[in-house]
Amino acid sequence: MLNINKHSSNDTKIQIETKDLSLYYGQDKVIKNISFNIYERMVTALIGPSGCGKSSYLRCLNRMNDFIQEARTEGEITINGSNIYDKATDVIELRRKIGMVFQKPNPFPMSIYENVAYAPRLFGVKDREKLDEIVKSSLEGAALWDEVYGKLKTPGTGLSGGQQQRLCIARAIATEPDILLMDEPTSALDPLSTLRIEELIRELKKKFTVVIVTHNMQQAARISDYTAFFLLGDLVEYNVTNKMFTSPDDRRTEDYITGRFG
Amino acid sequence: MIDSRNFSFANSGDKIASMVVHGVSALGLIVMVFILWFLFAEGIPVLKSVTIGDIFRSSDWYPAEEPPALGMFAIISGTLIVTLLSSLIALPVSYLFAIFTAEIAPSWLRNILKPMLELLGFLPSIVLGFLGMVVVAPWMQGSFEILTGLNLLNASIFLGIMILPIVGSLVEEALSSIPEELRYASFALGATKWETISKVVFPAALPGILSASLLGIMRSMGETMVVLMVAGGAAIIPDSIFDPIRPLTSTIAAEMGETPVGSAHYHALFFAGLLLFLITLALNMLSAWIESKGKIAQQ
Amino acid sequence: MNRTNWRKLKDKYMYLILVGTALSILSILTGIICFVLYSGWSALSWDFIFEPPRDNMTSGGIWSPLVGTFQLIVVSIIAVIPVGVLTGLYFSEYAGKGLFPKILRLAVRSLSGVPSVVFGLFGLSLFVIFLGFGSCLFSAGLTLACLTLPLVVTASEQAFRAVPKDYRDASYALGATKLQTLVKVVFPSAASTIITGIILSIGRVAGETAPIIFTGAAFYTSKTGGLFNEVMALPYHIYILATAGTNIEQTRPIQYGAVAVLLALVLGISSVGVWMRVRMKRR
Repeated sequence: MLNINKHSSNDTKIQIETKDLSLYYGQDKVIKNISFNIYERMVTALIGPSGCGKSSYLRCLNRMNDFIQEARTEGEITINGSNIYDKATDVIELRRKIGMVFQKPNPFPMSIYENVAYAPRLFGVKDREKLDEIVKSSLEGAALWDEVYGKLKTPGTGLSGGQQQRLCIARAIATEPDILLMDEPTSALDPLSTLRIEELIRELKKKFTVVIVTHNMQQAARISDYTAFFLLGDLVEYNVTNKMFTSPDDRRTEDYITGRFG
Repeated sequence: MIDSRNFSFANSGDKIASMVVHGVSALGLIVMVFILWFLFAEGIPVLKSVTIGDIFRSSDWYPAEEPPALGMFAIISGTLIVTLLSSLIALPVSYLFAIFTAEIAPSWLRNILKPMLELLGFLPSIVLGFLGMVVVAPWMQGSFEILTGLNLLNASIFLGIMILPIVGSLVEEALSSIPEELRYASFALGATKWETISKVVFPAALPGILSASLLGIMRSMGETMVVLMVAGGAAIIPDSIFDPIRPLTSTIAAEMGETPVGSAHYHALFFAGLLLFLITLALNMLSAWIESKGKIAQQ
Repeated sequence: MNRTNWRKLKDKYMYLILVGTALSILSILTGIICFVLYSGWSALSWDFIFEPPRDNMTSGGIWSPLVGTFQLIVVSIIAVIPVGVLTGLYFSEYAGKGLFPKILRLAVRSLSGVPSVVFGLFGLSLFVIFLGFGSCLFSAGLTLACLTLPLVVTASEQAFRAVPKDYRDASYALGATKLQTLVKVVFPSAASTIITGIILSIGRVAGETAPIIFTGAAFYTSKTGGLFNEVMALPYHIYILATAGTNIEQTRPIQYGAVAVLLALVLGISSVGVWMRVRMKRR
């Protein structure tokens, strides 16, 4: 049996509390009654074979599944003390507090500056100096500033793949979110760019709670503090990463990690 | 075993086919060259009767008098004004309609609206001209107490109705071609649907939208039957939107039939055609250029 | 009001504006079509379709303009098919990177934007006067063919390009020549898309007025004639009845009837084409 409270004894605070969450796409139940806690300023990796529900779970956290017409959830996800599936939840404010980075780098077809300033502008920052500051600190936070500070007015789409992904990270942290969701952020990148993003994630966890979906188990082992293993919509095992990769509790986890399927 | 005679026969068949295809396809180019050639050859001789300054500066269009007065200023203005007004009416509405179809409508509705819009692009202009003349003009004349319902506004409205489906379809295509990931990125940052449309999708589709708009303007400028029947046909510079006008297209269509071949009037009408051709060609080329620029930027 | 609420309100307003615009446009456009069909309905009868205009076109039917329109369609389509399809074939199979394909592409694109009345001027000077065909079915049909050429070229090129390269490779691998491959493999699988393009250009030809006014359209002819006679055409007939006929007010029912028939004809033909296109895209 899975003991979800095993690690809550240490002094880390709970950032995201998932209670008995299920997600349906029409008739298909793609997430099956899962419960676990994600801790503040930790990197939590979600792993599992494709179609296991890890990406769908990630999209529950900022309610991006709302855009799928047939999607329906049951259960609760509590972030900062309130259930995000409550009717009273302001989805816009929720997404401001949760940044997201996608599989494929998707900078807007505008300048680097405008990409980063996009969300702050939406939330009412008009002052030029303040915007300049936000853009600078966000790009620094995404380890991109040194490469682009001379060409902030050039299109973001002109950057290399790895740079584009870091620009997307800068764009996501510009509203100073608490949580950063990453959906296989390095799957479209070359090994060198992947390495840089991984280094960056280690830096980012000093300020943000990072939840990352990855199909790459070495990556999960390298960068995460906690790992959740999903299989066919079930949360099979959730554990401290070290433990998970050395002596997993569940047989299926071991099989997956050692490459017997997936 | 390969029959060598047969083989070489097949090869020469290839050569003949290639020649035929090349030759026939050149016809498109030849038609274009002929159009240009005839417009110049029949249009330029008008300069024997009037100076180029008179054509562009004078508003006196009395082609049947002796000597004929062939000032096209009012006619050219008529074309420009009716094109402008119809575009002002139709373009914003087309954008809104395209946004609705591409971004708001559920997919079952989009699957109905898109072919419908395409189909409406085939509405014959004579039908619209007829309605403008027979239905809207008397109504307009009565309810606004104006001299004639056949006027600039009426013509602009029907030109607008004509180009709306054309521009709407093309803009819809431009919006749909913007990758879904950009919309998700915007939503994930806390943008509303309208903010995503107006700040991300629309700007990203701008080259396609501009190119579609130019094609619409070009269509509006080149359209004949609607203005011939609805614009009122007075070669004056309008003071209000209720004044009748006479654009280049309807001047040509109305007068060519009654003009002796080779007269100054005949050449003047070809000159009008040449002007029309050059302006619409410029719009078309600009539209094609923006389109190709946009395609390169997207890659 | 706080900023987020204001943003949400704006979102809601824009949604309403978009839905409102879409609804009004749809009702205007469908309203136009329904109004025409409804107004023309009372004039419609078998006699109206099958009888020629009589008594200075103040009574009788629309048989001769209808036949004329069909004649124009036939002449122009016969003329445009070989040229349009082969040009499409050229772009898809033969055109390289040279100057000629570039210029040809530019020419076809330019042709698609030429105002219809300018096609009329071109037809008048080339077919009617220069080649000496006179104002007749043949001149008008050829003029219309030039007008629809870009449409057929574009449709054909798309059709040929959509044929998978595997088909061709398979044919070449069996030792077929280029011509055999084109005729036996490429053409048959492109045919339905090309036919769609042709149907759509028929829709366009049937509704055009401006290009035929001075190339072959007759104010009135008592009988349907041959290739080198003037023809009556439905769109031009409507124009004449509405603007230059005798007793314009009195003949309104006839005008509405003619407009309804034209609209039904054009939209009927075009909707077949549009429907085929939609169906092929879905596959």
